[in-house]
Amino acid sequence: MNTQLALILEAILLTADKPLSLNQLGNFFAEEAAVDKLVIKAALKQLAEQAQPRSFELVETASGYRLQTKQIYSQWAIKHQEEKAPKYSRVFLETLALIAWRQPITRAEIEEIRGVTVNANVIRALVEREWVRVLGHKEVPGRPELLGTTKQFLDYFNLKSLEDLPQLEELKDIVI
Amino acid sequence: MIPLPHQLPLALVRGEAVHKFPEDLYIPPDALEVILDAFEGPLDLLLYLIKRQNLDIRDIPIAEITRQYMDYVELMKEFRLDLAAEYLVMAALLAEIKSRLLLPRAAILNEENDPRAELVRRLQEYDQCKQAAEALDELPRLEREHWQVQTAVELPKTDKPLPEVDLKELLLAFQTVLKRAEQFSSHQVKREPLSIRERMTQVLAALQGKPRIVFHELFTVEEGRRGVVVALMAILELLKAQVIEIGQAEGGDAPLYISLVAAEAA
Repeated sequence: MNTQLALILEAILLTADKPLSLNQLGNFFAEEAAVDKLVIKAALKQLAEQAQPRSFELVETASGYRLQTKQIYSQWAIKHQEEKAPKYSRVFLETLALIAWRQPITRAEIEEIRGVTVNANVIRALVEREWVRVLGHKEVPGRPELLGTTKQFLDYFNLKSLEDLPQLEELKDIVI
Repeated sequence: MIPLPHQLPLALVRGEAVHKFPEDLYIPPDALEVILDAFEGPLDLLLYLIKRQNLDIRDIPIAEITRQYMDYVELMKEFRLDLAAEYLVMAALLAEIKSRLLLPRAAILNEENDPRAELVRRLQEYDQCKQAAEALDELPRLEREHWQVQTAVELPKTDKPLPEVDLKELLLAFQTVLKRAEQFSSHQVKREPLSIRERMTQVLAALQGKPRIVFHELFTVEEGRRGVVVALMAILELLKAQVIEIGQAEGGDAPLYISLVAAEAA
């Protein structure tokens, strides 16, 4: 039974163009009373096991479950791309990192830490990629935008939540 | 300089050997911007100088670092690069710290105002930011380590059948139009002659070039009860003749709308 359900889930995920949450997967079985979320979860576990000898794996990121090629095959899969994988500039990565680790954060705070003005194009590019969004406004003069990351950002970097971000070294006390 | 015959020319220009660089050889200024681009700002440059010498951020030899920083800034000036103001602000800060350190210890009692502590804090914070950026870059990500596994699916486009509208609903809709028209009847001064034929033409004209019109829009409530009744008659006539059809968007309270009968169906 579970093997069959695992294959059905595989078919659903294969034909999806974005990660699907447990709830969204549940909607596919609205008419099957026997298939509740617990059953789906168990079947997903089985699907993950069934994928072990395959070139892809089942992962759960912020938005839900998706099938993706395993990292060991990246050197082959990447040959589809005519250009090299996008390499992000340091300013892009540092700005994104500050938004990810220090959110909610304003532009001025990013500038304060990096010691240089933030290029507006960088923020715009991050917003256009739907990795960064405006969470609100800080109640200080000028009401600057408070920036934070999105689910899409977590999905892209294979993260389930912000807690999965790598731990950074703590700031040490100053020796005077 | 007279080129020796055995010397190879630098280049051949239109068949002639060139042995000397032209005096006015132009080097585009952008060529040197690469150097400035290598650093993300004064903090980055300072961190580079500190780390290159395996120094502890928390205990930097200010005098020596300041000298190196200034050397670098001078170098950039020599290349006639437009130095970002931030680099010069940092230079001023370093100079201030250096001068303070020359003062006797007692002069720096207030640690909160110690610009050195503040600089160290900023360096540490920026170092952490760099570390975070590197950590982020190392995370396996889509389009580099992983690709979403997906089979191309092309589902046929489905035309959702629209719900049937029965006469009862049509009359209910008309009733609301009538109610609104009633409010205008008292203002009516003179009755314009209204013909159903004419109104039928107007309805068809209104539908020209539009896929559909909301039922209510076909009525001019300002015409009063008589006017809207004529409009309804015109619509019913056109429905009977199967020139137009009536439909309703999904959802119980959705408005009714009128559209022309598609040519092939007529």
